[in-house]
Amino acid sequence: MVRPLWTLLQRDISLIVTRRQDVLTVVAFFVIVITLFPLAIGPEPEKLRTIAPGAVWVAAALASLISLDRLFADDWRDGTLEQLALAPQPLALTALAKVLAHWLSLGLPLVILSPALGYALGLQGIELAVLAGSLLLGTPVLSLLGAVGAAMTLGVRGGGALMALLILPLYVPVLILGAGAVNEAMFAAPYQAHLSLLGALLAVALPLLPLAIAGALRITLD
Amino acid sequence: MTGRSIPWLKFTAPANFYTLAQRLVPWLWPAAALCAVAGLYMGFFVAPPDHQQGDAYRILFIHVPTAWMGMLLYLLLAAYGAIFLVWRIKMADIMARAIAPTGALMTFLSLWTGALWGAPTWGTFWVWDARLTSTLILLFLFLGYMALHAASDDREKGGRAASLLAIIGAVNVPIIYFSVEWWYNLHQGVSVMRSDGPSMADSMLAALLLMIAAFWIYAGAIVLRRAQAEALSREARTEWAQAAAAGRLTREQRERAAVGIEGNRPPLESGGQT
Amino acid sequence: MTLEAERLACRRGELHLFEGVGFALAAGELLFVRGRNGSGKTTLLRTLCGLSEPARGQVRWLGQDIRRLDERAQRQMLYLGHQDAVKDELTPLENLQVHQGLRGERSTLDERLDALEQAGLGGCEEIPARYLSQGQRRRTALARLLISPAALWVLDEPLTALDRRAVAWLFGRIAEHLRRGGLVVTTSHQSIDGLPEPRILELD
Repeated sequence: MVRPLWTLLQRDISLIVTRRQDVLTVVAFFVIVITLFPLAIGPEPEKLRTIAPGAVWVAAALASLISLDRLFADDWRDGTLEQLALAPQPLALTALAKVLAHWLSLGLPLVILSPALGYALGLQGIELAVLAGSLLLGTPVLSLLGAVGAAMTLGVRGGGALMALLILPLYVPVLILGAGAVNEAMFAAPYQAHLSLLGALLAVALPLLPLAIAGALRITLD
Repeated sequence: MTGRSIPWLKFTAPANFYTLAQRLVPWLWPAAALCAVAGLYMGFFVAPPDHQQGDAYRILFIHVPTAWMGMLLYLLLAAYGAIFLVWRIKMADIMARAIAPTGALMTFLSLWTGALWGAPTWGTFWVWDARLTSTLILLFLFLGYMALHAASDDREKGGRAASLLAIIGAVNVPIIYFSVEWWYNLHQGVSVMRSDGPSMADSMLAALLLMIAAFWIYAGAIVLRRAQAEALSREARTEWAQAAAAGRLTREQRERAAVGIEGNRPPLESGGQT
Repeated sequence: MTLEAERLACRRGELHLFEGVGFALAAGELLFVRGRNGSGKTTLLRTLCGLSEPARGQVRWLGQDIRRLDERAQRQMLYLGHQDAVKDELTPLENLQVHQGLRGERSTLDERLDALEQAGLGGCEEIPARYLSQGQRRRTALARLLISPAALWVLDEPLTALDRRAVAWLFGRIAEHLRRGGLVVTTSHQSIDGLPEPRILELD
């Protein structure tokens, strides 16, 4: 059962990476959204520092959302999704492998890049580590939630905007906990509780949401 | 088909449901109106003014029932969604779809009245209070459900996807409430909502209960009506729906339709055309 | 080894397509589904392999409900739909390899090259599929039939975009598969002269 998933993981990562521009688009989107904040709010370092955790997290959430839009779309259009649904391994595991591939190639770069952007907005030292850590724990949950929305809106009118309406409300807890952790760190308060809760969300999402994704895919394929 | 099935299962057949609703709804409207009139009278003329807020608090008689209805209707929506996904009872999807607009309306009203209440008491129409914020998110969940249901060309497929979304939403609601509460406390310390006193005058409580009853019954009536319309439009090609739309649905037609649902024959006179 | 359908009724959206379809297909048999456009051929084939859920009735493969197949039974079935699940970015060889990998099947490089050669793709094995013609993409998909151990083939309009030689080749493949005790369900608008005597299912 591991081999098919491994094949899928490899295939998805290599497909995304050969289409290099997908990775670049998402990373550029992430950076540009963050750039908009100083431009809109003003260059005062103190002000920027206050909004830094929120700005980075909002940008990450939006970047995750737009990149997930196409998670299943190509496979759906060319019929691969049908083949995946008819493969011997459970569809939930297949979905998990696809989300993992997507996160590794499009989510992880954001996590790696986040300390630099946090620094540009005035975060320092441990705050940067907490920022990256919170994104490391939080963005996989965003990917899983977004994948449910992507599966539901396949082939539906107004897919992308509809997906945002469905999924962004569900992003709220992750956003609050993630940005909250960095805020705590900025006030030299204990941030571990926030990170633990993010970890707990991830632990709950990891086994459950793939089932929801599989359910949504089966409905779409029906 | 044995005649002695569990009674409530009988109403999974749209034709039976339609007849039941047809009998119930005419009683629900006056009952809702009666409760509303009595509740508003109690609320506006009998209940004493609040010692801190004066008369401004009286909007609570609308605010509290709508806020509760919003949440309750979302849970009900998700429950019907789950029933539809597990047992594929079409009536459950019809009910869920009928609930959604009323739920959204109630949630919106509770936000609206909350804002109106906020103006005299907090001096602003909107604050990022924990309850207001999470109610706003609840409104988004309702809107998402309706948008997804409407976006699919195939009503059954759209219903299944939307039901799944409603269930995921319902699982998330407590997490959202908890996280918003936490977010709020982190920023504000103490809740602003703790302004009314610990105990309520009896007349206030009576007015509130009457208004809650009025909203319950109103929601029941409007949801049943909407479900009737939805059932008719989904079954538009069947004998019973055409008779019902013309206002003369006979018992035999109804029973035949119900057997069609539970038995093997589809309720369908002519096959599909190209 | 049988594929059974029992009083199937299918709908697409609000439209009832057909009802009361039933058959039992045994090893070595070919089922040819016939019907005009919109009569539900594709829906029936998707229902037979478990992608779509019937409004009523049941499909069983190897005695199991098609919607709840275990791993072994799932492996014994191969579906080829309208879309051929060929990735533009990958070469025919990679496509074949990935497809097998996803199903947990194994083959050697020589077997895969041989399958592509037989499917008429000799010389194109290493060209990304986006440069291939429609017919060559179809052949890439059909090459799966040569190395799959699946006993049941469900082929939706397999002749689309194939030239005469490829059609003859495919018919030969189907005949051989049936001789070895395989089962085939297929549909086509084109002439099927040259196929072994099929059982016919009319959907009108």
